[in-house]
Amino acid sequence: MPRILEVTDLSAHFPSEAGVVRAVDRVSFHVDEGETLGLVGESGCGKSITALSIVRLVPPPGRIVSGRIVYKGTDLMTLPERRMRRYRGREIALIFQEPSTALNPVFTVGYQIAEGLIVHGIMKKKEALREAVRLMELVRIADAGRRAREYPHQMSGGMRQRVLIAMALACRPSLLVADEPTTALDVTLQAEILDMLRVLKRDLRLSLLLISHNLGVIAETADRVAVMYAGRIVEEAGARPLFASPKHPYTAGLLRSMPRLGGAETGSGGGRRRLPAIEGNVPDLARLPSGCAFHPRCPDVMAECRVHTPGLLPLGDGAVACFKHHDPGGRPR
Amino acid sequence: MSALLEVGDLKKHFPIRRGMLSGVSGWVRAVDGVSLRIAPGETLALVGESGSGKTTTGRCILRLLEPTSGSVVFDGVDLLALKPRAMRRMRRQVQVIFQDPYGSLNPRMRVGTIVREPLDIHRIGASRRERDDMVAALLRRVGLDPSMKDRYPHEFSGGQRQRIGVARALALKPRLIVADEPVSALDVSVQAQVINLLMDLQDEFGIAYLFIAHDLAVVERIADRVAVMYLGRIAEVGTREEIFRNPLHPYTRALLQAIPIPDPTRARERAVLRGDPPSPAQPPPGCRFHTRCPSVIEACPRVEPPLLEVTPGHWVACHLYPGPGGASGG
Ligand SMILES: Nc1ncnc2c1ncn2[C@@H]1O[C@H](COP(=O)(O)OP(=O)(O)OP(=O)(O)O)[C@@H](O)[C@H]1O
Ligand SMILES: Nc1ncnc2c1ncn2[C@@H]1O[C@H](COP(=O)(O)OP(=O)(O)OP(=O)(O)O)[C@@H](O)[C@H]1O
Ligand SMILES: [Mg+2]
Ligand SMILES: [Mg+2]
Repeated sequence: MPRILEVTDLSAHFPSEAGVVRAVDRVSFHVDEGETLGLVGESGCGKSITALSIVRLVPPPGRIVSGRIVYKGTDLMTLPERRMRRYRGREIALIFQEPSTALNPVFTVGYQIAEGLIVHGIMKKKEALREAVRLMELVRIADAGRRAREYPHQMSGGMRQRVLIAMALACRPSLLVADEPTTALDVTLQAEILDMLRVLKRDLRLSLLLISHNLGVIAETADRVAVMYAGRIVEEAGARPLFASPKHPYTAGLLRSMPRLGGAETGSGGGRRRLPAIEGNVPDLARLPSGCAFHPRCPDVMAECRVHTPGLLPLGDGAVACFKHHDPGGRPR
Repeated sequence: MSALLEVGDLKKHFPIRRGMLSGVSGWVRAVDGVSLRIAPGETLALVGESGSGKTTTGRCILRLLEPTSGSVVFDGVDLLALKPRAMRRMRRQVQVIFQDPYGSLNPRMRVGTIVREPLDIHRIGASRRERDDMVAALLRRVGLDPSMKDRYPHEFSGGQRQRIGVARALALKPRLIVADEPVSALDVSVQAQVINLLMDLQDEFGIAYLFIAHDLAVVERIADRVAVMYLGRIAEVGTREEIFRNPLHPYTRALLQAIPIPDPTRARERAVLRGDPPSPAQPPPGCRFHTRCPSVIEACPRVEPPLLEVTPGHWVACHLYPGPGGASGG
């Protein structure tokens, strides 16, 4: 399948009193046409800053310090800001993590959905507003004609999330970056939105970069998965192999510590069961441990892990950054 | 076993006012007739979608909110009849852990003081020194180094802050802890640590929990019994085995099916609940769930189904299950 996005050695840093925060640290991944790549990792590991980097919207004082972002053959990093603007929203659309800040309280939702079409000169205002109603129907908002004239505060959380999806789809982007699109929602609404994303992706032939800390959401939606820890990708593989046999000890720990239905073996003895937790805490990105950032929490830590930083190297159909699988010289073990 | 906590027909209605000076134009029936019981040392989980009234129920039990009506009996004492002073004494036995590990700790207090405060208020221990020793033991018990007592909350991670909240709730050796979404804001790896801690402390001290949560996979780990709430009322109550193995209410089933499963090989079949829950200011007539229910029958929009015991210990409020005593309602 042709590549739609190829990110190579991307780094984005924030200066801070405690030192440089390496929010994104030499990250490489790709998204193929028509596929869903899931990006998973715990709070603060750099998922949102990775997403914002793709469209060059890292909030100051943060900035991209290196890397290539090739979208359909064009390196976005080398484009002047004026040309970059033509890609944002039109080619690559973003659903932001904070639904409350993404919608403007003083405009109707219909207008906000139409705005991209008007700004990019795709349609005149009247036509764009009609298109907005159609997009609201696409994301299953009942009585769309009336609701298009409402303001964000008049809508429920689930409805606002659907408006954000409609907004992102307005200019028919090829790549949709969805940053935690269901995290603020209830399980029932989450299920509905995930189903909808799957259908829209198929019908509109979208490629999707789906960001979530919820492994269940990733398993239900992604074809391939990249696992992030402390600013770096530590493992990348097809969704099935990743969930069936994780290679990185962090991925394995995450999968084990996640409570899952049926996991407590209800009925068989009836006792509750402790969860296998990953001990320790998520590290501070300004004071990263030496060597592999996961080594202080790793059950399989070896001497070289404290000294050297493992690179992301191919393994099977995926890749892993761990000295269990490659020696510090990069040779497979 | 006799109940430690018995909640009877609890209601909390919030007035809706359009402006500062205008009168009441309606009522939000946040909790609308809830009955629950918790045995000593037991964990009852309270689950349901956002806005179903879980937090309001918890706050009424703690009397952080005054209920509109109903009864809350703790260890034989009617909490709602207690005068403020007697209620303060009762607080030693009923503690709370909040959802938000960031907002619930006073940012200007050192964590040692935060944990010691309940001991100071209730004048536990002979001296400040003795209380400081208790604080050190509590911090150690929740997996924090006692030397951390002089730091401020912002210097801790989310999981560590939640442990501080647990240490504070434990300080008075309560018999019941109302834990309102204690792990929802935490990352998976840290969530597991805190859940394990809560279970260990229960085994050690025999604490009962009212565990409020929306994550059913977590609930399956920790609960002895589960109560499912919908729009201010209990839809179903039963043992963990019954609720997870044999859910009866269509709402409970939908909740269980909605949970994303971390296994890409599993077929993605489910009856997605369409639409948002209705507003508790205008609950639908009859069964409150009928507007979203996949199995509506003729009685549902007309008659509110009572909560009936269909098998021992398993209660459900649904017209599909007439209960052992014959047909319910009309
Ligand atoms: N404006 C900022 N100033 C300084 N540091 C920042 C800023 N924004 C993000 N960071 C840091 O960059 C790191 C990565 O943040 P990011 O928002 O990408 O995390 P995330 O993986 O999306 O987390 P979450 O799951 O909580 O959304 C964090 O450790 C954060 O502290
Ligand atoms: N002080 C208040 N005034 C008016 N309405 C309120 C008040 N507090 C809560 N409500 C309403 O009561 C209903 C129940 O709220 P509650 O916070 O108990 O729900 P919940 O089940 O805890 O939801 P969540 O999962 O989102 O925490 C909601 O519709 C809420 O808007
Ligand atoms: Mg984020
Ligand atoms: Mg709540």
